Amino acid sequence: MTVESTAATSRRSAGSKAAATGSKAAGGTGGRTARATAKKGAEGPELVQLLTPEGKRVKNAGYDKYVAGITPDELRGLYRDMVLTRRFDAEATALQRQGELGLWASLLGQEAAQIGSGRATREDDYVFPTYREHGVAWCRGVDPTNLLGMFRGVNNGGWDPNSNNFQLYTIVIGSQTLHATGYAMGIAKDGADSAVIAYFGDGASSQGDVAESFTFSAVYNAPVVFFCQNNQWAISEPTEKQTRVPLYQRAQGFGFPGVRVDGNDVLACLAVTKWALERARSGEGPTLVEAFTYRMGAHTTSDDPTRYRHDDERAAWEAKDPILRLRRYLEAAHHADEEFFAELEAESEALGKRVREAVRAMPDPDHFAIFENVYADGHALVDEERAQFAAYQASFADAEGV
Amino acid sequence: MAAEKMALAKAINESLRSALESDPKVLIMGEDVGKLGGVFRVTDGLQKDFGESRVIDTPLAESGIVGTAIGLALRGYRPVVEIQFDGFVFPAYDQIVTQLAKMHARSLGKVKLPVVVRIPYGGGIGAVEHHSESPEALFAHVAGLKIVSPSNASDAYWMMQQAIQSDDPVIFFEPKRRYWDKGEVNTEAIPGPLHRAQVVREGTDLTLAAYGPMVKLCQEVADAAAEEGRSLEVLDLRSVSPIDFDAVQTSVEKTRRLVVVHEAPVFFGSGAEIAARITERCFYHLEAPVLRVGGYHAPYPPARLEEEYLPNLDRVLDAVDRSLAY
Repeated sequence: MTVESTAATSRRSAGSKAAATGSKAAGGTGGRTARATAKKGAEGPELVQLLTPEGKRVKNAGYDKYVAGITPDELRGLYRDMVLTRRFDAEATALQRQGELGLWASLLGQEAAQIGSGRATREDDYVFPTYREHGVAWCRGVDPTNLLGMFRGVNNGGWDPNSNNFQLYTIVIGSQTLHATGYAMGIAKDGADSAVIAYFGDGASSQGDVAESFTFSAVYNAPVVFFCQNNQWAISEPTEKQTRVPLYQRAQGFGFPGVRVDGNDVLACLAVTKWALERARSGEGPTLVEAFTYRMGAHTTSDDPTRYRHDDERAAWEAKDPILRLRRYLEAAHHADEEFFAELEAESEALGKRVREAVRAMPDPDHFAIFENVYADGHALVDEERAQFAAYQASFADAEGV
Repeated sequence: MAAEKMALAKAINESLRSALESDPKVLIMGEDVGKLGGVFRVTDGLQKDFGESRVIDTPLAESGIVGTAIGLALRGYRPVVEIQFDGFVFPAYDQIVTQLAKMHARSLGKVKLPVVVRIPYGGGIGAVEHHSESPEALFAHVAGLKIVSPSNASDAYWMMQQAIQSDDPVIFFEPKRRYWDKGEVNTEAIPGPLHRAQVVREGTDLTLAAYGPMVKLCQEVADAAAEEGRSLEVLDLRSVSPIDFDAVQTSVEKTRRLVVVHEAPVFFGSGAEIAARITERCFYHLEAPVLRVGGYHAPYPPARLEEEYLPNLDRVLDAVDRSLAY
């Protein structure tokens, strides 16, 4: 759909060699949930990390193999994805401030979680997002300007989910985890080896639908990965208001593995998600991945985080910035030069300009769109009210004609 | 099987069987629908014949049932889910209202969700709390849903066929007190449209409009009124969303009087909507205000009181008398 974003398939090779041979071994993480003794609300020793905040590659016996074959070109690709996603996100925030969008839900700080997991998916996999997965949409090839329609108020979801296997954004939090589970049940019935990934947040983890999706997926052994971005805040409520145990440990009670990954480490997110998707494909059922990250911005443009959290918290997380740490790694490994960064900067600005112009050119829908697609097979009352509305509108034309 | 006499529950069972046979994408889901055949045996024998992957016993979680049915529909399946009793649908209300009803519109028509939600509803069987309710108005208020309720075995068979074939989500309210009533079912007759009302008894003095379990009662009322020399027309609405107002209008323009009967509470019930619309459409034809007979604005009472709560022969006849007195 979009020119800038590489299709999900093109990066499928990253780590695929290891994945192909290692699906059963599954990183030796089966007992991970049982062993974990995490400190509440803190990154415990169980956190899967491949790239430190300083950009140093650290070994991980369980997950290295899922990114073992990754090339410098693919690493630069991940970096580019994160930079462009952040640039798009910043443009959308600016457009809201300029009155072009009614609202925007920024993903600032969550780029690694979204790009890492998004790039782990295969073209035939299906993604069920919440409303903040702009980076995952990017990986799936959804044109970023399509995401803005609902935030501008011209539609309630402006893309065909089946064009990119990327379902519409879901605002009632947690609802989509059940849709993902049902879709995965369908994949299993079809005998296909595709997988499903459902995104949700720490706040949504309290929803009954999320618990029910865990139950259904476990009972039916559905090929679904639950990818929880724990960004520490559900609007103003910290994770402590949602759970007494680290979220990834919830999986244990449902009978499938849970893993906590450094959500600001794109390599770790890629590796862990590949592992989880391989489990799904090979009939091993659901997995819960908790990406431990941070919402650097406000919940949405309507939110004011200064009322409930301190700047020093944000500063601590800035030191763990997902883009910065990959840049440090690329530079130290001589995988990218100044020219690469300069070209990317120019590409970013071009993307911002394209998005800005596309949004400003986005027309208001026709008034009769109210009555469109309410039903697939039509409905007598909708037809009647559309006709009444048309007559009412026409009455003004008559008055003007007199 | 061409024409056969069978109970309403059996007619739905035959309809589901026929759908499972003719379309491999049709699935049955719900609590106890498999081995047990459902608490009312509506799905009796289906799992045995079509297997556990098509007739699916689910965890006891209604939101999960409807939510996963949505996901299966997105994958191309046509799930028919059973909510065990009317009063148990509310955990799924969120999925039905915020997701099932709206996804077609949200996707600008790209996504279709052909999901049928079967709900045995209504009272009159002496059940415990939450097993006798009539929540159809709570769904009729939601655009994107279609709501039907058959009154007899033949309609139960055919309306289920049509509901499964519909590309829109359909809430299928089954009149549980009529499950054992037998009627002729012709599986080869071509049915009329799903949402069209049917005059089940012609009359000239007053129209009784009802659907589901109350149609039989209204026919009994018409019989009783005939003994007093009054000719009542009985209209089986069959569909609550959309409502076939044209059929109601045609009948009322002839009889000039209308009484709407349903088990659900009268307040904000479907009778209120019918009264408002028919008053608009037939203002100069009406000889009396549209009257309603239904449940009271009180929780559904304990079983020993339900005869007083539900519309019965005398309560409907009383409304008929009041209407004719104008």
